[in-house]
Amino acid sequence: MASVEFQNVTKTFGTFNAVSDISFKVADGEFICLLGPSGCGKTTSLRMIAGLETPSSGKIMIGPDDVTHLHPKDRQISMVFQDYALYPHMNLADNIAYPLKVRGESVEKRHKRAKEVADVLKIGDLLNRLPSQISGGQQQRTSLARALVYPSRVYLFDEPLSNLDAKLRLEARGFLNHLQRDMGMTAVYVTHDQAEAMALATRIAVMDRGRIVQFAPPIEIYRRPATTFVANFVGNPPMNMIPVEGTIEGERLQLRAHGVLVRDLPISSGIKAALGKGAGLTLGVRPEHLSMGTINDVNMVSGKLFANENMGPEKLVTFERQDGGRVTARIFTDDAVETSENVAFTFDGAHATLFDAEGNRIPADGEMPL
Amino acid sequence: MRLSFPQLLARIGFSALAAIIGILFALPLIWFIFAPFNARAELGIAIPDPWTLQNFLTVFGNGFAMRGLLNSLIQSVGGVILVAAAATLAAYALSRSSIPGKSIVTYVLLLFSSVVSGTAAMVPIFLIVSSVGLMDTHIAVILVFAGGLLPTAMFILRDFIDGIPKTYEESAMVAGASPVQAFFDVALPVIRPGIVVVVVWAFVNIWGSFLIPFILLRSDDLMPSSVAIYSFYSEAGTPIVTLLAAYSLIYSLPVVALYLFVSWKFGFRFFGGIKA
Repeated sequence: MASVEFQNVTKTFGTFNAVSDISFKVADGEFICLLGPSGCGKTTSLRMIAGLETPSSGKIMIGPDDVTHLHPKDRQISMVFQDYALYPHMNLADNIAYPLKVRGESVEKRHKRAKEVADVLKIGDLLNRLPSQISGGQQQRTSLARALVYPSRVYLFDEPLSNLDAKLRLEARGFLNHLQRDMGMTAVYVTHDQAEAMALATRIAVMDRGRIVQFAPPIEIYRRPATTFVANFVGNPPMNMIPVEGTIEGERLQLRAHGVLVRDLPISSGIKAALGKGAGLTLGVRPEHLSMGTINDVNMVSGKLFANENMGPEKLVTFERQDGGRVTARIFTDDAVETSENVAFTFDGAHATLFDAEGNRIPADGEMPL
Repeated sequence: MRLSFPQLLARIGFSALAAIIGILFALPLIWFIFAPFNARAELGIAIPDPWTLQNFLTVFGNGFAMRGLLNSLIQSVGGVILVAAAATLAAYALSRSSIPGKSIVTYVLLLFSSVVSGTAAMVPIFLIVSSVGLMDTHIAVILVFAGGLLPTAMFILRDFIDGIPKTYEESAMVAGASPVQAFFDVALPVIRPGIVVVVVWAFVNIWGSFLIPFILLRSDDLMPSSVAIYSFYSEAGTPIVTLLAAYSLIYSLPVVALYLFVSWKFGFRFFGGIKA
């Protein structure tokens, strides 16, 4: 295992900046997720670690070595591809053992090793099959086996679960998490699925338009999203964002918008500065932090019922405020949601996140690291 | 489902028309199967009475014609190997590398493909071959065919390779394979169905071609079957139908055999890889 480091890496395709001057370090044994929408540069970054793309400028280190211009075969890395890239003319045993073949291992030795790895992944009795003769989940595990069959410094994953159906994806995700705990591997994992990133990563790098917007542990990404972009991207459903007018009343901050009256928020220096500029604020509240209330609650969001989805353990209640903005609440009680036209929800002031006019989070005074 | 009367009539009419067209195409083939076994074959179709192999015996006795079959084989196989090998490497490079303007290169090649082996280029080809000193050799025929067929072969294969995910070779290289290893271990087997198509197409083209060997060759013992077939014409230029039919049947067998072999061994597949 080894660390991975990006030093001011930029990658351009023609005039398009896929990755703009990013720097970060993945410590030895860390599981990093690159999270972002398509076209944000996450896959390009991963391919640069693999050596399948060469940076336009900057430096990439694996362990102590500068690998920026090293051929993929000389990097001692493993990669799992989104389409699995299983060789259609080889059976599973030969597919899994291929990395050992190019390393010059004998047939017996590599088939023995392939069998060991395949058994761990529960595909040991399929080794004589061709990739076209097994299911998608088995194909995924085969490609994982091929990545695990040889010693590797860094494991790269390019959306490895996105071709699986929902149930298999959960199962495979759990297995990857187990594997990480077991092996303590250094991994860089690309995904656009925030749940996958939250579940697997020790740290998440949220990317947008070629830049890293926030690089932090999942819990921090979730509780303290650095920008409205991160807040919108992480969480399912994403954080509710409500543009509000803020005023200072005594020692507390008051926020108002159509159907919104929030009276119990602490004031911070950041908020004072933002209000001083005269620009509006954005209030962010996660759906799971909203609970049913009344219009007299101290922190209140209300509107007309729009949708009421029963998910089993929870309900997703969506309502529309007077200006048309929609807010979703995730209710965990079994209480029937009032079917009346107008609904009101309340939340604890500690769960409110405020963003300034540029979309950056305003920290509270004396914020402790999580 | 019941058809109305006009619908029924239309369907009968269509079937009758299709049958007539089918028969028109079948007639030469039927002649082709019967005539070689008929000692008195003419241009009309007749069931042999009695069936005889005498035509074949006479043809086998014609050394020039028999030698022609071997020459055809040498030129076709030589040309096919050259075309397939060069087209595979060139198409792979055109498909996978990031040369600027590579699609223009491909289309210019395609444009030239119909020119180089065409009749229009015969005079310059003759002059080039002559000045290189390759006149009257198998190599000359093979090279000219390869040159003529390569652009189209490259075009077909490039399209085929474009449809194969790059991740095959990428995963091989990440796993430790050199680009050459990745090509031979992974890419080549996946491209093979495309190569087979090119092989068959090139073989049929060379095997059936008359003009190029006729112009580039002088010696009787180098002439392929397509030229040697003229030894079954009388000096007045009229065909000896019986022998011509027998020789034609023999001449067509390798192509039929190749088709059967390929479809048995590989199947004619125009796709590659696993569908995700």
